[in-house]
Amino acid sequence: MGELQAARPWAERLDVSIGRSALVEVDLGHLTVLAPFGAEAGMTEALSAAHGLGFPKPNRATGKDGGRCIWFGRGEALLIGPAPDASLADHGASVDVLDAWAAVSLSGAAAVDVLARLVPVDLREGAFKRGHSIRTQVMHMSASITRTGKDSFLILVFRSMAGTLSHDLKQAMAAVAARG
Amino acid sequence: MRINCPICGDRDRREYYYQGAAVTLDRPAPDAEEAVWEDYLHLRENPAGRTRDLWHHEGGCGAWVVVTRDTVSHKIFEVALAADVKGAAR
Ligand SMILES: [Zn+2]
Repeated sequence: MGELQAARPWAERLDVSIGRSALVEVDLGHLTVLAPFGAEAGMTEALSAAHGLGFPKPNRATGKDGGRCIWFGRGEALLIGPAPDASLADHGASVDVLDAWAAVSLSGAAAVDVLARLVPVDLREGAFKRGHSIRTQVMHMSASITRTGKDSFLILVFRSMAGTLSHDLKQAMAAVAARG
Repeated sequence: MRINCPICGDRDRREYYYQGAAVTLDRPAPDAEEAVWEDYLHLRENPAGRTRDLWHHEGGCGAWVVVTRDTVSHKIFEVALAADVKGAAR
């Protein structure tokens, strides 16, 4: 087999600033769904020993850029960054989903107003703080949203929806910017 | 309308898929009488008032929840994980 090259979710590099918000695609490294078999204790220990990360509670994330674990639905978390240690598979399903998701970072003072147009959850800082991570929808797309900083969000959708995500976000960014 | 998911918290109705009456949690025994199966498959109440139905939090955590609500006032009395309801002694 020839040398395989990872395909990016967008044909052209996504990097756009409109008004007070900026949208860039992000290469997160490895993406691995972790789904503990039964109790989470074993997975929690293995994850901490191998990657120095806690297994996140619902609506929460652990870690930081370069190594993060975000809650990813009922009984699931997503390990972002490092290649998963083999020991994780002793405590649950450990599934490579790198080719299944597209990721963007939305940042800037207006980012939260942009998301307010597309997401049916209150993402303002009082309700959604750094380290919070939810499964919700962006328009009609199933999504994962994590607050990574004061004015920055990590957004993941199914990779087949990458074009729709960038379109909807750019449109909302322009609409928010037009209001001044 | 908002549904308070036991896992995700209070969420907009649009994140949920409506499945129907929660009677489907009480599947008859395989050898139950024909009339019992017919009732289970086809016959539903259409209450003006309290009802109990299954919703799927597809735009959230992915859990199935049992929602007890009033079809007239739209008041929601209880939201429980279907896994807990199904697992509990009846
Ligand atoms: Zn939920």
